Amino acid sequence: MKHHTNPMPPRGKVRPGRRVSRRSLLKKIGAAGATLAMGTTSTAFAKIAFENEEFQDSWEEYFQSHYQEMTPEEIKQSLARLERNAKRRWKVNLKISNTPPMEGVLFGYALNISKCKGYRKCVYACVEENNITRHPQIHYIRVLEMNKGSMDLEHSDHYYDPESVPQKGKFYLPVQCHHCQNPPCVRACPTKATWKEPDGIVVIDYNWCIGCHYCVVACPYWARHFNWERPSLPPEEINLKTHYLGNRPRMWGVMEKCTFCINRVRKGKLPACHEACPTGARVFGNILDPNSEISQILKNKTVFRLKEDLNTDPKFWFYTD
Amino acid sequence: MNSIHFLLGIGREAFRGGKVFWTWMAVLSSAVFLGILSYTIQFKLGAIVTTGLSEEVAWGIYIANFAFLIGIAAAAVMLVIPAYIFHQEEIKQVVLIGEAMAVAACLIAIMFIMASLGRPDRLWHILPYIGRLNLPRSMLAWDVVIINLYLALNLVMFFSMLYMNFLGKEPNYYVYFIGIMIAILVAISIHTVTAFLFSSNVSRPYWHSAILGPRFLASAFTSGPALIIIALQVIRAYTRYRVADKVIEILAVVMTVTLQINLFLLAVEMFTEFYSQTKHSGSIQYLFFGLNGYSALVPWIWTSIVLNLSAVFILTIHPLRRNRRLLNVACFLTIIGIWMEKGMGLVIPGFIPTPLGDIVEYIPTLHEIAVSLGIWAFGAIIFTLLVKILISVQLGELKISPGFTPYSIADHQPKIKHG
Repeated sequence: MKHHTNPMPPRGKVRPGRRVSRRSLLKKIGAAGATLAMGTTSTAFAKIAFENEEFQDSWEEYFQSHYQEMTPEEIKQSLARLERNAKRRWKVNLKISNTPPMEGVLFGYALNISKCKGYRKCVYACVEENNITRHPQIHYIRVLEMNKGSMDLEHSDHYYDPESVPQKGKFYLPVQCHHCQNPPCVRACPTKATWKEPDGIVVIDYNWCIGCHYCVVACPYWARHFNWERPSLPPEEINLKTHYLGNRPRMWGVMEKCTFCINRVRKGKLPACHEACPTGARVFGNILDPNSEISQILKNKTVFRLKEDLNTDPKFWFYTD
Repeated sequence: MNSIHFLLGIGREAFRGGKVFWTWMAVLSSAVFLGILSYTIQFKLGAIVTTGLSEEVAWGIYIANFAFLIGIAAAAVMLVIPAYIFHQEEIKQVVLIGEAMAVAACLIAIMFIMASLGRPDRLWHILPYIGRLNLPRSMLAWDVVIINLYLALNLVMFFSMLYMNFLGKEPNYYVYFIGIMIAILVAISIHTVTAFLFSSNVSRPYWHSAILGPRFLASAFTSGPALIIIALQVIRAYTRYRVADKVIEILAVVMTVTLQINLFLLAVEMFTEFYSQTKHSGSIQYLFFGLNGYSALVPWIWTSIVLNLSAVFILTIHPLRRNRRLLNVACFLTIIGIWMEKGMGLVIPGFIPTPLGDIVEYIPTLHEIAVSLGIWAFGAIIFTLLVKILISVQLGELKISPGFTPYSIADHQPKIKHG
């Protein structure tokens, strides 16, 4: 496995910087307008404002382009800006990377429901790994307590007590983003703020999302979650190793979701939920590699996917022993 | 010069009025003020604190109002079609009132979308050229395009026709006719596209139905004319503007037929869902009878059904419909009935149960209601002002005066000494 040499996703490569110059023009006009407006009242104030690093950063962030349209230089600046933000807000040295997808890799996840006992360890490991807001709580993984003998989601219990599992007559079905090959959320997004990466991960540019909720409406797996208020993160619990398209701290009013731990898996590590699972129910890997464990499972086990009739082609399978 | 005179004239005309006018404006303005206040609080505290929305129910009363208002925006075309396709001369007089209503409805429909956005500050991301609109794949992107187009079209038609009136000229028939044809197509499109916005989601079986488009059209062509009739009655009562009885009669017949069709389509939908009772019928079951012990919307939807049935009863029996007072009652019943059915009754059950079978109910908070009332009041202000200038132009109070210079408007004509 080797990394793509060009850190830019394909679309930006095809059309280098055309829109960028337009947008920087917009920015200049905006700056000129603001300076003019403030200048009429107080030129000194405008000068102070633009010399203030925090003001300058939020100004630049506001006019930042879409991730896929930024030049490598602009992405670098953006990452540095976001790291400075984190420093100011939480006094932590956040590292934000933009590790590109690996060539010849398509990630897939398989979950053995005869092993899963519903301890919800994956849920909480995910919260910590992904810098998810603690209040109000968002969970990327929802574990359903299902009645044996049926796959009826409507009669599942979402709010069971993880201290008293496994219950007799029940089985457990963890659901998270299925990273569909044909994702309805990507189709729905009015601003192209969410897309599918070449390695199969569906990502969001949190700086481009306008928070319209339309992807929530479109997703058949209830995998997309919204920051209804400013996310709250205790500084000492922040995971400092982050990815721009993944677990960097989010802002209010935008969507977020499972990224298969993009910050880990693009560096050859396993997702946090996989590591946390006490029963070994989870199998993660490259489905393009015929020798990977996941490929073996897909070849040799009887697997199923949720809501296959919707033709979303998820990259998330369930199987039993 | 003429256009400056026109602009100054309508600017002055819009804000000139008696006690009734200013009281009305004061009431609306305070509602707008309360709305802005509530929205500011929503923005400061976060929508989870101030709204009844949740992870499970992501759209609430804002989008409900939006869906209803798209119907109201049809009002314009419901006047245009009889006037210019079926050549009903009387209706031609009031076409501009319909256009004014379309402008106001589109504007506040957009405001309702803005109120429900997480990041309204990033709106430039959907602007053409500098933003990145997801065309042709996203139905929401299509809706943005078509609603703005309809708004622009109605604004241009309204002011250009008014300007022609002001000059005392007849508009160029062909230009005008082409404009009207486009407006009719776009009006039908805004309903269809807004219906597709919902029905395109395979994840929400309640909306995922081909009949949603026709249902949207039918209910739009009911509530639009109903609101226009109420507006015309008020205009007749409070201004010197004359509206022929025939206009109201035609509109009443239109809304009778469309309300009947609307109820028929609802019945068809209910049959299909309730006969087979698949898991996909969960939402409609929740709406009409409750699901697994949850039933917040049951009284809501049955109230709306009763209102619509009473309205259709009054409208269908000719002597009752011809009674002006009963007609007004029927219009009110229709507006509220459709607002309940096509608003919350359409939007909320789409989220209940969630795609994973969980049920979380939604009830709008006072905050959301205050924001909504504020937006509605803003729409009423816009409509009032547009109709005011329209009336003074059409009554000939505001028209081009020969020998006009920008410094001498109407009663401030410089006095000329006669030797």
